[in-house]
Amino acid sequence: MARIIVVTSGKGGVGKTTTSAAIAMGLAKKGHKTAVIDFDVGLRNLDLIMGCERRVVYDFVNVINGEATLNQALIRDKNCNLLYILPASQTRDKDALSQEGVGKILDELKKEFKYIVCDSPAGIEKGAHLAMYFADDAFIVTNPEVSSVRDSDRMLGILSSKSRRAEQNEEPIREYLLLSRYSPNRVKLGEMLSVDDVQEILSLHLLGVIPESKSVLNASNSGTPVILDEKSDAGQAYADIVARYLGEDKPHRFIDEKKGLFGKFFGSK
Amino acid sequence: MSTDSQQHTHHLPVLEFKSSTFSVPVLVLAGNDIITIEQQLQEKIHQAPEFFKNSPLVFDLQELNSLDLDINVTELINIIRKLGLLPIGIRGGVAQQNQQALELGIPIHSGHSIAASSGTPKQQTPDPEPEAAPEPQFIAATTTLITHPVRSGQRIYAEGDLVILAQVSAGAEILAEGNIHVYGSLRGRALAGVQGNTEARIFCSDLQAELISIAGNYKISEDLNSAVHNQPVQIYLQNHTLIIKDI
Repeated sequence: MARIIVVTSGKGGVGKTTTSAAIAMGLAKKGHKTAVIDFDVGLRNLDLIMGCERRVVYDFVNVINGEATLNQALIRDKNCNLLYILPASQTRDKDALSQEGVGKILDELKKEFKYIVCDSPAGIEKGAHLAMYFADDAFIVTNPEVSSVRDSDRMLGILSSKSRRAEQNEEPIREYLLLSRYSPNRVKLGEMLSVDDVQEILSLHLLGVIPESKSVLNASNSGTPVILDEKSDAGQAYADIVARYLGEDKPHRFIDEKKGLFGKFFGSK
Repeated sequence: MSTDSQQHTHHLPVLEFKSSTFSVPVLVLAGNDIITIEQQLQEKIHQAPEFFKNSPLVFDLQELNSLDLDINVTELINIIRKLGLLPIGIRGGVAQQNQQALELGIPIHSGHSIAASSGTPKQQTPDPEPEAAPEPQFIAATTTLITHPVRSGQRIYAEGDLVILAQVSAGAEILAEGNIHVYGSLRGRALAGVQGNTEARIFCSDLQAELISIAGNYKISEDLNSAVHNQPVQIYLQNHTLIIKDI
C-alpha cells in the first residue's frame, strides 16, 4: 500500500525542501519506488535541489489542467532510477491547484509508487493545505527556536482537523518530528531550544535531529540531495531518519556535542 | 473521491442537541386544599388572561412538603389543565408525587428538592445572584472529553464540563460553560463558565496558561504569581476575584 508523506512546517526556511529531497532519495535508495512532488507552485525550488531544473518540460499544473500526462511530467532522477520528481510550475500561482485535481494525481501515483513525498510550501494557505490534505504521514520540520515551534504546533492542529483522514474520521495522520539546523553548542550556551524543550512543547515522536551543517548548503548549490553525501553529518542524519521511518532501530546521534576525552569525564550530558 | 464523499453523506448531521434556558412561571403552593387552589388560581388568571392563556407552568411543592401537607398531584394537574395552563414540570415533590406526575407525562425538575428527586443534589447557595445560570442548563449539560493535544490555533467549546487528557498548546483556546480539567500542560487560554456560571472552576496539573478566566473574570499570564507557575492548581471565583490554589 502506497503511503503519502507530507513534509511541512508552517514556517519558511526551516529546511522542508532539503528534507523532502533527502528523504525521497533515501527511500528510493532503499529500493522503494518514490515520487516527490513540489507543491510550492510559483516559487519552485525542489528541481534545483534535485539538480533536474534543466530537464523540466511539463509541471504539476500542466498535469492538473490535462495539458500533459503524469508520465510526461515526471522526471526520473539521474542518481537513482527509482526516484521521480514532479516539479512545480514557476509561472502560475497556487490557485491553479484544486483539491480534486491533486487528489486525482495522487490516486494515479499511488498505483505505481510506494512512497509519495509532498514538499509543502510555507504558510498555512491553499498550497500547504493541499500538500497535507491527502497525507498518511507528516514530517514536521522544526528549527529549535520558539516561532518555528509555535508554527509547527499550528500546523499539527491543522493536520488533525482539516486533513482528509480527519474529515472522514479515519485513523489520524502519523506525525513525526524532524528537528533541523540543530547546534548542540548553541543549545549549551542557551541560544537555542534543546531537543527536550521542543519535545515538551510539541509532544511528538522524534524521528531525527539534523545538525546545522555546511554540507546542506553545498548540496543545494550542487543540486544533489545531501543524503548522498555520506561523509557529512547532515547526510548521515537523514539516512538515520529514513531508516527509522522504515522501522529500523537506530540510536539518535547529533543531539550532544562532540566531546573529547576530557569532556566525557567531566561533561554532564 | 466523489463517490467516496457520497458514501459518507450519512455522516452529515441533520440534528444536534443544544442546551437552552427558558423562563417559565412557577406555581408555588403553600396550601393543599384543592378547591381553594382552584379559586385563587382562577382569580390570578382573571387579572391577566392573555398572559396565562396556554402558558407553560412548573408547579413547586417544596414549601407544601416542608409543612408536611400532602396533595393529590393528579387532581392538581387536572385543575391546572382545566384552567388553560400547560403544566410542564414538577419541582420539589416527594417520590410518590413525582411518580404521579410522571404517569401523566409531567417531567420532574431537580432543584431545591427536599426529596432529591433526580439524583445529584446541586451545591448551590439558596439564593444565587440573579444572573447565575438557571438549573435547566446544568441538567442538560454533558462532559466533553478530549484525548489528543489541543494545538495552537485550535479552539474547543464545551457546553458542559471539559476534560482534556493531553496538553493545551500556547495559542490554543479552550472554553466551557462548566468546569475545565486539563491533565497535560496548560499553555493556552482557558475560559470556564463562559455563560456566566460563577461556580465553574479550572483544574490543571501544570499551569503555564496565557490567560485564565471564570465567568468573564480573567487573569493574563503576566498577572500570575510565579509561585503557581508549573504547579498543579485549581482556579475558582471568590467575590469576583480569581483564586489560584494548589491541589
